[in-house]
This record gives sequence, structure tokens and C-alpha cells, in this order.
Amino acid sequence: MAPTSPAARRSGRRHPLATAALLVVGLLATGGAYALATTSATAETTAASEQLVEEGGKLFAANCASCHGLQAAGTEAGPSLIGVGALAVDFQVGTGRMPMAASGPQAEVKPVQFTQEQIDAMAAWVAELAPGPAVPPERYLAGDGDAAIGAELFRINCAMCHNVAGAGGALTEGKYAPGLAGVDPVHIYGAMATGPQNMPVFNDLNLTPEEKNDIITYLKYVEENPSVGGFDLGSLGPVSEGLFIWIFGLGGLIAVTIWLTAKSN
Amino acid sequence: MRFTGWAANYIDERTSASTAVKALGRKIFPDHWSFMLGEVALYSFVVILLSGTFLTFFFDPSMTEVEYEGSYVPLQGIPMSVAYHSSLDISFEIRGGLLMRQVHHWAALLFVASIGLHMLRVFFTGAFRKPRELNWVIGFLLFVLAMALGFTGYSLPDDLLSGNGLRIIDGMIKAVPVAGAWISYLLFGDEFPGTDIIPRLYVLHILLLPAILVALIGAHMVLLIVNKHTQFAGPGRTNDNVVGAPVMPVFAAKAGGFFFLVFGVIVLIASLFTINPIWNYGPYDPSPVSAGTQPDWYIGFADGALRLIPPHLETVIFGYTWSWNVLIPLVGLLVFLAAAALYPFLEAWVTGDKREHHIAERPRNNPTRTAIGAAGVTFYAGLWAAASSDLIATHFRLSIEGVIHALQFVTVVGPFIAYFITKRVCLALMRKDREIALHGYESGRIVRLPGGEYIEVHEQLDDFERWKLVSYEEYQPLMVRPDARGRITARQRVRAGLSRWFFEDRIAPVTQKELESQRH
Repeated sequence: MAPTSPAARRSGRRHPLATAALLVVGLLATGGAYALATTSATAETTAASEQLVEEGGKLFAANCASCHGLQAAGTEAGPSLIGVGALAVDFQVGTGRMPMAASGPQAEVKPVQFTQEQIDAMAAWVAELAPGPAVPPERYLAGDGDAAIGAELFRINCAMCHNVAGAGGALTEGKYAPGLAGVDPVHIYGAMATGPQNMPVFNDLNLTPEEKNDIITYLKYVEENPSVGGFDLGSLGPVSEGLFIWIFGLGGLIAVTIWLTAKSN
Repeated sequence: MRFTGWAANYIDERTSASTAVKALGRKIFPDHWSFMLGEVALYSFVVILLSGTFLTFFFDPSMTEVEYEGSYVPLQGIPMSVAYHSSLDISFEIRGGLLMRQVHHWAALLFVASIGLHMLRVFFTGAFRKPRELNWVIGFLLFVLAMALGFTGYSLPDDLLSGNGLRIIDGMIKAVPVAGAWISYLLFGDEFPGTDIIPRLYVLHILLLPAILVALIGAHMVLLIVNKHTQFAGPGRTNDNVVGAPVMPVFAAKAGGFFFLVFGVIVLIASLFTINPIWNYGPYDPSPVSAGTQPDWYIGFADGALRLIPPHLETVIFGYTWSWNVLIPLVGLLVFLAAAALYPFLEAWVTGDKREHHIAERPRNNPTRTAIGAAGVTFYAGLWAAASSDLIATHFRLSIEGVIHALQFVTVVGPFIAYFITKRVCLALMRKDREIALHGYESGRIVRLPGGEYIEVHEQLDDFERWKLVSYEEYQPLMVRPDARGRITARQRVRAGLSRWFFEDRIAPVTQKELESQRH
């Protein structure tokens, strides 16, 4: 065994405060780095959102301002968008209703003209103008609410225009309530919260976000569970049933009567 | 074999059934596809009776409120009447229940539709003429009863749609001046909707109305046998005979087979296509009304009348509100139905024709009647289409106001246009028939004559074909004649005027002489 020198022993021995010092250094380093990182991140998001708003403003000026005005204050051709909120933009542009293809009784659904990033940018710009309904958190769009409450709320609040099964219906002067099958939950929510076109606004006092989620739940239930009775003939009620029995029921039986009374050749 | 012989003998000795079987079995029914429409109605009624009996085993018409505990998720925990709950149970819990419900409802729609078409066939071929006027009236009553049965049945599930329908009926009743509110309370037993209406309608739907309907069907059949069936003119078919197949065995076999075909078509439709998805509508609640709320098709004309009448037609007299916007459609429809019921008597009076008719007319050979029928169909169709005005607007991308105004035009002016067009078309067709009977039909064979001229060869019809074109009756307008006291009454003048309107424009049938002179 080699003899251990006092120097070696000294050099091998840690200072009693070394651990504490190391801890302090470590904490300072990570804390500092974290602080540095977070401040730079905040700066980045601010920059990003500023950039988003700026980009949204540009998109707005290029695509929307001819009707809504450069400051979105509205013109004769289109309403003011001050205070409509990000959700209104998300609904109108996200369903393709805006920009409108042609002026008519109401804006029609058509293929969406922008990417979701562009829509978000415009929504951010419009939301900057004045406070308004924002895009709701995911938990109100999940469609995991109570379908029975949703169905009842739907019958009371929505069915007179949209039909009990969400098949749509007529309004005055060529306007109509569209069918609701296949509509994205965020757009269903957006329509309720912002009241696009002829639709009334159902704000959070009227229908709470949870109730809106219940309605979404019901609509998704109807969509995902086809009629147990067979083909639903458009869920339009007795009119399509009447047409069907006259054309296919009675028509088919008349064909049978002609067959039965045909002279054999 | 020995057993059947013994059994037949046993029954015959005790019931004298053989006389009836002999008489009925030799009954002749003529063959034409349009003569089978009434059969469609009869057979779909049998289907309704069978499926309806199944439904009564499980349906409970009580309006007691309960909470839904069935398997349809979007209704769980919702308070509703027992009637609606049991309808949902039939649809979701009872084996075969939904199929039976759909068979019942589809068969009901087919029942009324085939009655309607059967009535049109009888009307347009003049098969309601003497001696069949009473059977026409019985048939008309069957049509009205079918509508009443349909409506009471539509109301039974006590879902939103049926409640909305009852609300309209309640509104129409309340529009009746003075007595309206009293009648409404009598019917509903309370302020609408009350808790009595569903059990009451149930009794009407499964007891009273079907009993009357079955009795009238019996009378309709007996009169059909007594009067014999009409037939279209043809060689060997005269006003005094019936040419066709005897009931035993040909017609019975054919009709029996046809019954199963009708049954099959109904079950096929019912198994593939949803009808009245009551679970979508939810329990009745007076506040919501769904878009696309319509009655079943046969009540559509009444709904359409309410949609077409201009709004705000109301006057207040001595504190009573007269809702003309409800009363005018109500009275108008009653007049329309009464005119349909009484048409055979009106026509008999106008034509003064007291003979028996067993030959069905081709519609073109009675242009005025056919034109009146077309006008009636147009009027009905305008009202009918109006019941779906909202769906027409959305599906054809029109404004609902435009649809309503267009249908108002169709309903009011359309019948006149239809009348004139149909009458002209009938007369033109009669002229064409006359032309073909006399000069033959264009054979499509072009011949060049030695002189260079081209002609198309016309070929004569054979006697069987020609018969159909020339054998119809010719009517003359009635002359105004003084009565026994030497006076011409106003009644006479009206009748002569109507008769002139009926028969003034006519094409005389080809006479034997004309035919012979054509045969060079």
C-alpha cells in the first residue's frame, strides 16, 4: 500500500462548503438560464403575436377591406367588425362563408379560401380591434356532454329553423338555416356564440359553454348514429315520406298491376 | 279427398254456402291495370289492420308524465307522457316493434294514396255514373274516414310533431265563430293540450273509425258486386255484359297473389326506409316547432290552404274575432270536398242522362268532365305543394315568399288554365282518333309514284283497334223546353245553360256510313 502524503490527502479532501457552493452555482445557473430562456420566449411570443396581428391586418386589407373598410368599421357593402371577436372570423372564414362569392340573400358555405394560420391571423387582428368572443377551449368542443340535455336545448332553441334532426329549414326572403351534419364543433360553437347572419346570438348567459357542448354532443350523436329505421330520406319529415310513397310505393305497385294485367304474348 | 268432400258437404248442408259460392265464383271481373288500384287500397288496409293490432298490444295512450328510461340516449331522463314512452319502447325495446310501426305508417300512406288514385280513375272514366253514384259517395266517405284515421294515428305518439298537428286543429276549431272555444274545450277536456286528448283519439283511432270504415268497405264491396264492374269498350264488350275472368279460380288467384305483392312491397319499404322518426322530435311541448313540420301527405292540402291564405284577414264584430284567414280555407275545403262527393249527381242533372252505364269512358271522350277533373287536380295540387313551401324554397334555392305567391297563382288561376288546356287537348285527341279511324294511321312507308310524286301510305286499323276509337256515346246539349204549364222556369234555363257548356264543344263519333264510304 503506497503511503499517502498529506498534500495528496489535502488535495483529495473537499472543502466543507463545497457542496453548498456547488448547489448555489447550480441553482443560479439553471435559474438564470431558465429566466433568460423564459424572457426570450415571452419576447418571442409577443413578437410572434405582433407578427400574426400584422399579417392578419395585411390579409384583411387585401381580402376583406373592400367591403368591411380598412379599419373594419364597415361600409355600405359590409358590416362593421369591431367587437365581433376572433370566433366570428374563425366561423365566417373557416366555413368558407367569407369572403363572399357574390352578394345574395346570405353568405353561402363554399371551399375555405385560407389556411388555418391565415384565418388565425385575421382573427387575431380583428380581436385586437375590440374585445369579443374568443375561440373556446377544447373542453367545450369535445362533444362529451349530455346528449339528452343538448337535444332538449336544441329543440327549444334551434329546431324551429334548423329542424329537429338538424336537417335545415327555410327562412324569409331566400335565406335559410343550413343543415348541421358534418359541421365542425368549433363552427357550431362559433355560430351559437356569434350569431352569424340571421342567427340569433346565444351568449354565455343564455346558453352556458357547457350547454353549448351538450348541443354539440347531441348533433354529433345524430350524425354518428344513423336512423335505426333505415334510410332517413333526408330527415325532412312527412314531405319526403309522402313523395316516396307516391313515387316508389304506389308507382311500384302500378308497375305490378300493369305486369299482372299484361297480355301474354 | 274423401274428407274434403265430406267437410264441404257438411258445411253446405248447414249454411247453403254453395249457392253463394256458385254466384260469387262465377262473377266476372274485367282486366285492366287501373281497375286494381282499389285492390291496392283494400290490401293495404288489411296490412294496416294486422300491424295496428300488433301495435295496440304495446301502446299505452295515457298522458301521465314519466321519465324516459329507455335505450335512446338523447332522451334519457327527459320527462314525457306514457303514450310517447310506449311509442319509443315499441321502436327501441320491443322485438319487431319498429318494423311494425313503420309497416303500419307506410301502409297508411299507401292506403290513402291508392284511394286517391282509385277515385281519380273512377272520376275520369265516368265510372261513377248511374247505377254507381251511391258507391261513389261511399267511396268518398271511405276517403274522408281514411284521412281521419290517419290524422288520429299521427297524433297518438304524443311527440312534438303530433302535438304541433293537434295545435293547428285546435286553432282551426277555435276560429269557428262563437262556438269555437266551446268545441275546443269539449274535444280537449281542458285548455290545450290537456291530459285527455290522446286517450280520446286512441278510442276513435282503434275502435269507432275502423268499425265504420270496415262497415263501409263491406257496403262498397257489396255494391261493386251488385252493380258489376265497368269495362272499357272493345269488341264483344257491351253495356249489357262483362268480359273478363271469373272470380273462381282466375281472379281469386290473381287477387290473392296481388295481396301478397302489396304486402311485400309495404314490408320492403318499411324495412328499408325510416318513417316518422319520433325519437328525433322529442316529447310534445307547446313551445318548440321544428322546421319542416308538416302533416302526412293527405292532410297536406289543408295545411297548404292555411299557408296560402293572405295574412291579417281578421275582423272584430261585437267583441268576437272573425279569423277569415282560417275560416276561408276551412269553408273552401269543405266546399271542395262536398263538390267532389256530389259530382255524380250534379253531372247527372246537367246531362239529364238517366240510363245505366257499364262502359268506362276514355277520358278524352268527355272533354268537359276531364277538364273539370284536371281543374280540381290542379287546385288540390296547388294546396298540396303549398304544404311543402318551405322545403321547395330551400331545395330549389328560392325565396319562400316567391314560392307562396307562385302557388297562390297556381291554386287560384291554375285550375282555369288547366281546364282550358285539358279541354282543348281532349278535343284534339278526339279529332286525331276520328282521323285515324277514317283514314288509317301513317305507316311510315314512303312510295314514289310513277309521276315522281312521293306519298306516305296510310294503313287501315284492324276492326279491334278501330272499335276503341269509334265506340263512344254522343251527347247533345239539353234543349230548353216549356213544362206542363207552358212555362220555362229559371231552373230549366240554368240547366240548359250548364248542359250547353258541357256538350257544346264535341266531336261526333265516326258513323258506320262514314266508315263505309271511306272504304273504297
